Amino acid sequence: MKEKGKGGFGKNVYRRPESLVDVKTHFCPGCHHGIAHKILAETIDRFCLREKTVGVACVGCSVFLYDYIDVDVAEAPHGRAPAVATGVKRAQPDRFVFTYQGDGDLAAIGTSEVIHAANRGENITVIFVNNTTYGMTGGQMAPTTMLGQKTSTSPYGRDFRKDGYPIKMAELLATLEGTAYSARVATSTPAQIRKAKEAVRKAFDMQIKEMGFSIVEFLSTCPTNWGMKPIDAQKRVLGEMSEYFPLGVYKERKQADFL
Amino acid sequence: MSRGAAVIHRTLMKGNEAICAGAIAAGCRFYYGYPITPQNDIPEYMSAHLPRIGGTFLQAESEVATINFILGTSASGRRVMTSSSGPGISLMQEGLSYMAGSELPAVVVNISRSGPGLGGIAPSQGDYFQAVKCGGHGGYRMPVLAPHSVQEMYSLTMLAFDLADKYRNPAMILGDAIVGQMKEPYEQTPYVSSVPAEKPWALTGCAGRPRQHLKSLYLKDNAIEVHNWKLHGKYRRMEEDEVRFENYRLDGARIAIVAFGTAARVSKTAIQWARDEGIAVGMLRPITLYPFPETQVDEVARKVDVVLVIEMNTGQMLQDVKMSTPCHDKIRFLGKPCAMPTPEEIHGEIRRLAGKAE
Repeated sequence: MKEKGKGGFGKNVYRRPESLVDVKTHFCPGCHHGIAHKILAETIDRFCLREKTVGVACVGCSVFLYDYIDVDVAEAPHGRAPAVATGVKRAQPDRFVFTYQGDGDLAAIGTSEVIHAANRGENITVIFVNNTTYGMTGGQMAPTTMLGQKTSTSPYGRDFRKDGYPIKMAELLATLEGTAYSARVATSTPAQIRKAKEAVRKAFDMQIKEMGFSIVEFLSTCPTNWGMKPIDAQKRVLGEMSEYFPLGVYKERKQADFL
Repeated sequence: MSRGAAVIHRTLMKGNEAICAGAIAAGCRFYYGYPITPQNDIPEYMSAHLPRIGGTFLQAESEVATINFILGTSASGRRVMTSSSGPGISLMQEGLSYMAGSELPAVVVNISRSGPGLGGIAPSQGDYFQAVKCGGHGGYRMPVLAPHSVQEMYSLTMLAFDLADKYRNPAMILGDAIVGQMKEPYEQTPYVSSVPAEKPWALTGCAGRPRQHLKSLYLKDNAIEVHNWKLHGKYRRMEEDEVRFENYRLDGARIAIVAFGTAARVSKTAIQWARDEGIAVGMLRPITLYPFPETQVDEVARKVDVVLVIEMNTGQMLQDVKMSTPCHDKIRFLGKPCAMPTPEEIHGEIRRLAGKAE
């Protein structure tokens, strides 16, 4: 694992995670999927899990997970990743199993699957990327779209009288007995990225210790579909998104309260 | 009995339970399902028996989740089964399409009931189109086996696991409330595998090998067309190698019944009565509904005067019979959408077609 730095400048303090495939991604400039991918790959490496991991990709921009993360991956139908992960984990309890899902996938079409996986205390880890829109299909309104936010299917802005309210999944899932860990993080500043890494590490640790269902919600950008420059998209996450979707740990099971 | 010969147990069991016994004999240790009448004996049996032999039973929150549990366990390289009835099978169509696209084996049992919609719980063969033509999107096929006895509920389930693994494709058992609920003795013949146990494509973690994927999305260049032709080739091989049927008393027959499952079982009684009266009638019984015994249907149709298609619907397999033979003028149909035809009804129809007075 440890590598000596070249040219006698001491130890190598930064390198591409072994589990992150060295290819160009299809993600747009300013998108945070790349950051979430890297944190995921780093955490897989940290726990030496690359050769015993099965990932489950969802439908949306994140479907190409299998091109970027160097682990075995199954592709799930839209929203069904937690159910597919359940089938993998039940068959192979000694493997590390994670899903990587967007907000349309997890919080709309797949709400039932994620709630029941959490409620069963399914020993899997969910990486949930919330960018308040359907990215791959061209920026339609998602269940997480902010009030007033204009999308291609809410051209006059999301109106709660018609479309209801943005759904807060990290809080909702934290209420379930089977959930061992639920946190919301962002990746718009180096400090936030450090906290996000710590949250993913804890989520992995819950699964390794067989404590139950763990989820980390990432507030992410979608500059292309938001019609914003990347810097402005960052500011939106730090501003109105973090106000409505507060960052923090909503549930963290301690060994003592594990029934 | 000579030393070392297998002891074959004769057992009295319900059809639905015989499916479970066949699955367990074939090495299935994972069952997922959701309650629906008239197949609840299957999840109930599996929930009692699988934990005792180190297997896993899990009740899902819906059939949508069920079929995706199945997908995940199949992707892990394990034999896995689910069962349901019409409305639940409808909810599984999405997953079946993905599994066919991702080339994942599993056995799906449909103990069908009347439809459309919530319909009723009476036995029906109204799911023929959905099963045989495949109800999910994108154009795929799967072997469909139609048992007509408790014996076949057992043995065709074992075969379904082999076909699923052989072709890396879902396979379906299409039963109904009668063949599922009826109880009769059958022989618990030992399972003999016809396929390799190894599944090198399974996702088990990439230790000592490059990472691998199971997926159905092909966006680059014409990859999806290449993939479709590959799947098509598999379906052609099924059609060449997997047709199964029973010829029942067709010797010298002038009337040939074509029926499957419960309708075929009832027809056998009516055929015996008619034969006892000297009427030359027999039956071609498709055991595989896909692949359909097209050549055999055509051969029989050319020899006889009348082909009588009998179904517990208003005429679905009838279309496949017509596709199999140009002898359309010989084809007659007797159907009941939501009930079993009685032996008397079938016998009466045979007599009418044979020109016997009522």
